Amino acid sequence: MLEILIEPLQYGFMQRSLMTAILVGIICAVVGSYLMVQRLALLGESVSHSVLPGVAIAFILGVDIFLGAFIAGVISAVMIAWVRTRSPVKEDAAMGIIYSAFFSLGITLITIVQKNNKIDLLHFLFGNILGVTTRDVINTSVIAVIVVGAIALLYKELLFYTFDPEGAQASGLPINLLDFGLIILMSLTIVASLTTVGLALVVALLITPGATAYLLVKRLHQMMILGAVIGVLASISGMYLSYYFNIPSGPAIVMVAFGFFMLAFLFSPTHGVLTHPSRGPGLAQSQIWQEIRGLLATKK
Amino acid sequence: MTPISFPNRQAEGIHISELEVHYRRVLALKAINCEIRPGRVTGMIGPNGAGKSTLIKAMLGLVTPVQGKVCFQNQPLTKQLDQVAYLPQRSKIDWTYPATVWDVVMMGRVRKTGWFHRFSSVSRRLVAQALDRVGLSDYRDRAIGELSGGQQQRVFIARALTEQAHIFCFDEPFAGIDKKTESVIFDILHELAEAGHIVLVVHHDLGHSIVNFDDLILLNRELVAHGTRKEVLNAENLQYAYGDRIAFFSEAA
Repeated sequence: MLEILIEPLQYGFMQRSLMTAILVGIICAVVGSYLMVQRLALLGESVSHSVLPGVAIAFILGVDIFLGAFIAGVISAVMIAWVRTRSPVKEDAAMGIIYSAFFSLGITLITIVQKNNKIDLLHFLFGNILGVTTRDVINTSVIAVIVVGAIALLYKELLFYTFDPEGAQASGLPINLLDFGLIILMSLTIVASLTTVGLALVVALLITPGATAYLLVKRLHQMMILGAVIGVLASISGMYLSYYFNIPSGPAIVMVAFGFFMLAFLFSPTHGVLTHPSRGPGLAQSQIWQEIRGLLATKK
Repeated sequence: MTPISFPNRQAEGIHISELEVHYRRVLALKAINCEIRPGRVTGMIGPNGAGKSTLIKAMLGLVTPVQGKVCFQNQPLTKQLDQVAYLPQRSKIDWTYPATVWDVVMMGRVRKTGWFHRFSSVSRRLVAQALDRVGLSDYRDRAIGELSGGQQQRVFIARALTEQAHIFCFDEPFAGIDKKTESVIFDILHELAEAGHIVLVVHHDLGHSIVNFDDLILLNRELVAHGTRKEVLNAENLQYAYGDRIAFFSEAA
């Protein structure tokens, strides 16, 4: 058993990708907790897909792809806010419009670049444990320090703002700056997650561990800490699954995280489906079943 | 009415002049002029959509007016938000948020604590006192989602008390609450007014509870009437504001 855990560690790439995965598991859960309580899971999804053109442009210009991805992510979030505030289009529609456009631009650019370089789109989409360089580990570590440090310093203000934006504004907090700060932290987190989880699935690592913890504890900081533990466990297990079964690391991590979520969903002491079977209506009493029966009865 | 003497040194009111708010192209509030006096419990009444919440939000800069001024001590009120405690409508809040009663009341101390600082023991004591005042000391570690509507409202009142503010703006604190909470909140409103504070409350009920207000502002996109309760509460004003005959607690007038 121990052999199974230790054997892969002799390879440098596995050490690097495990290190990255642990850091990513922590910051995704912490930042994702804010997204979840603000009902902004879709924003995480949008920004993660929107980083792709930044990756391609950075590749073309020969600069760090972390930087390109970060800039593209922030621009997309700003554009979503712009469409939402300057037109009657609602936020979810604005996200759908912007992120599909950015993603399409990214695919187009990468396809063009691919002809002359070896750059694999699938690696950006789903993560690749073989591709984690020492540079990536350093970048991810710096991002992790920035994200965790900023949230530790601004915790009480962010708690107030995300719970009650108007109350926070009325007390004189600069809520637009706090909001923009959260977008910066989210974009940094997504960029750090590119190599191990991939942009197509990072939203799962942002939301699922926090949501799992949300079913088990009742305060935001507890949700972040427990979420981080779950995120790290999922990341490590996913990496080993990826190594032994030769599957992309992103899907492996996400499936483990989903397993944790289902456990909490079924067995949470406060919200569990099986521990509180009386909470929701059964199939026979459910409204849609009643409506179907009503329709059948009138047909006669 | 005999003149009131204020224990508090600040005896100035809030002066609203020509305040006008549009939502996109629709006129929400038309050229409002009025004064909200300290030491009085001031109720803001009017039909649904009259712009009651909008007026409070415009006063505090939560919505941007197209024109007009809101001054307190000859300065714009929006520059003195540290003097204000605001209580949003309970229905605007996500009560499934992962926070305890303690966490929410502590939010009242965020601005006074300042950036990068931890909450002081003074803040903790103020929060404990406020929870005691609204009768929720035993609930401090409860998740806010487990509370009844009235208890949730009392949590918000406690938060407002911890802000050590001079101006209190409460948006519909009496919506959907129990009798006990109603009497606790009215007691606190009277106490705040007696201490010389400015107390402004959006209210939707013209029934018996209206006697708790000293002054009234009657609104329907424009200022219909303002002054003491007796001056405002008459059939003519209410018919003008509500566009129909409306029952009100006439003994209060």
